[in-house]
Amino acid sequence: MFKSIAVRKSQGTQYIPDLRAATPGGFRGKPVISDAACADGCQACVQVCPSRAVRLEPTQPDPVHIDLGRCVLCGDCEPVCPSRKLSFNNDVKLCATSREALTVSSAHPNLDPIKVSKALHKRFGRSLKLRSVSAGGCSGCEMEINALSNVNFDLGRYGIDIVASPRHADALVLSGPITRNMAQALQICWDAIPEPKLVIAVGACAISGGVFADSDALDRQFLDNFKPALYVPGCPAHPLTFISGIMDLLGIAP
Amino acid sequence: MTTAQALALFPLRDIAATSLQELMQLCGQRLQAGERLLTLFGRPAPELGVNIIVVTAVLQPAQGALVILRATAQRGEHYRCLTAQHPAAQIFERELWEQTGLFPDDHPWLKPVRFEGERQQRMLEYPFFKVRGQEVHEVGVGPIHASVIEPGHFRFMCLGENVHHLEIQLGYQHRGVEGLLLRRPVWQLTPLVESICGDSAVAYAWGYGAALELMSNQPVAPAIQASRAIALEMERIAMHLATLGGMATDIAFLQGGATYGRLRTAIINASQRVCGNRFGRGWIRPGQAKPLSEALQQDLTRTLRAFAPDFTQINQLMLAARSVQARLHGTGTVSQQAALDLGLTGPVARASGVALDHRTQWPGAAYGHAPLPMVTEPDGDCWARMRLRMREVDASLAWLLQLLGDTTLNLSQAGQAQSSTPAALQAEALCVSLVEGTRGPVLQVLETSAKGELRHYKVQDPSTANWFGLAFAMRDNAISDFPICNKSFDLSYCGNDL
Repeated sequence: MFKSIAVRKSQGTQYIPDLRAATPGGFRGKPVISDAACADGCQACVQVCPSRAVRLEPTQPDPVHIDLGRCVLCGDCEPVCPSRKLSFNNDVKLCATSREALTVSSAHPNLDPIKVSKALHKRFGRSLKLRSVSAGGCSGCEMEINALSNVNFDLGRYGIDIVASPRHADALVLSGPITRNMAQALQICWDAIPEPKLVIAVGACAISGGVFADSDALDRQFLDNFKPALYVPGCPAHPLTFISGIMDLLGIAP
Repeated sequence: MTTAQALALFPLRDIAATSLQELMQLCGQRLQAGERLLTLFGRPAPELGVNIIVVTAVLQPAQGALVILRATAQRGEHYRCLTAQHPAAQIFERELWEQTGLFPDDHPWLKPVRFEGERQQRMLEYPFFKVRGQEVHEVGVGPIHASVIEPGHFRFMCLGENVHHLEIQLGYQHRGVEGLLLRRPVWQLTPLVESICGDSAVAYAWGYGAALELMSNQPVAPAIQASRAIALEMERIAMHLATLGGMATDIAFLQGGATYGRLRTAIINASQRVCGNRFGRGWIRPGQAKPLSEALQQDLTRTLRAFAPDFTQINQLMLAARSVQARLHGTGTVSQQAALDLGLTGPVARASGVALDHRTQWPGAAYGHAPLPMVTEPDGDCWARMRLRMREVDASLAWLLQLLGDTTLNLSQAGQAQSSTPAALQAEALCVSLVEGTRGPVLQVLETSAKGELRHYKVQDPSTANWFGLAFAMRDNAISDFPICNKSFDLSYCGNDL
């Protein structure tokens, strides 16, 4: 009993009071693309990228475009750029509500702020139950999704909880590139969630296939049929990326 | 054997290729003599002929260097299985059959390891092992489980409350890693290698980087080795904490769950301050490791010093709680003999009294500089696996503090000493790379062609050998014991499924 109280005392208060304002020290987050001119014919960033996240359009004033739906935030493009055009800051706010909105360039350095969905706010603004499905993940995103409920992030304070049964869920949190071996189980789980329901795609794998996009062991048809309401980039997605995205979408006041 | 963990390069011309029958016979003799089968795998060898399969076995004697055995075989060839005599071979023979079609006669349980290739999405057709009898019932769970966890299917065959047999079906995470590793330039594979098993990103990246450095004859400085070992021990502490937190939660010891969770956050956030990522991604690249500036060394030291007393305190609370003792003692026991017979490895084997840790057996530069003690527990139950993790964290903690206080290591110079310029790899060579990760030895075997191109990349997670240990541990326990048995083993699904 006394030992238990002692542990409680050293535990202290661990929750992050303002989740939207939290900045993770040292996090390699949003790619920053400067105005520096590209070297003639240089393809270094495209060639080194493990997930084809970099697109070059040499004729445009902002030739380098990075798709955060593909980017695994590995940072390998930074040292190979002879023009020192690329860097990463610790911004965790990387979410978007459409696939197209995930691209950044020097002319468009920031993602558009997520607009509150009035419909989602009304229905789920005070209570959103999540069912997570790992469909070929590496366990990284799964561990970060688990972290959402720990004493630090404590997303449960806003009524956002992870539940065991799809019957109790409002949203399917999808991680992993969707392997052929998991495609059927994923569909069964989705069918078991009652309407209204939404998909949240977490991590580069779920959004685009990530580093596994070229594999023929995948079957991503599920996403042809059900568009995610929220895209949460990262590899793995940082808990604060998820949190800021979902709070903005549901219009949750801090 | 060279430095930097167990790492060895074998020119192919030095390895005589025998027939498949001879290789299996030799393997059997060596297993009989007490050697460990680290891996046994095959690959199609189009350079030798349309239907030719090259088979490689890697064995570890009690002392001395690794042993490589090679054979060439015809597709579809049969051989007398090793598994009937040596159960440790069961998973390798199953994988060899699944990937190449070589058929082990009399294998007691020839089941696909991960339902890859043509077998994809045919898991529903698989006939599970049947136990028949009036009081027998079956319970199937998964692939999707109650918590946030990777997918796998578990089928319990029960006699009353007792689990008579557990059949584990994996492969749901199979995303074709081994094939993808051959599609991109060999020096640019780290982000993919870090995604083979995302919670062991450091162990995998180190093993891969070390293999390329050896194959291109570009050894790295001791400071780089030390920085990598620091990353690996941070990863070990974080993952052991995840397991301890999971075990506490699974037996409703909620204070443990909350506290271990908070302590793990402190460790992974410190890793992020070094390398930009909470899972150590980006810490290691071929020829490189993140330098640890004076400020970062002090930061890590401060974090670990603050962590240590709180960790000791919660451990004492957990170990003294009678509810914890009653739940874990004698649950899911694997005897030392069973662990040896099944070829179990890593912490799971050490918790059954098997003294096997590559950090102490082949310390390399980093662990040679400051040796780590081998930790074992005798009892082989859930309690032993919990205690072992607590003690391993303590050992890693003391080791980290020693290294971080050692000014002779020049940790701030780590990243700068070497370039990672793509150099030619030695042609016609086989490189075996072993790193003792959180779950045991992460094994990677790279083979080059006559042109020095990567021809085959074999990946083997320690979990692959250990999954059967979990099935074995469940025998004569109740289904309600499964969550803690599973958590105490803490095996990787994605590492197995590739």
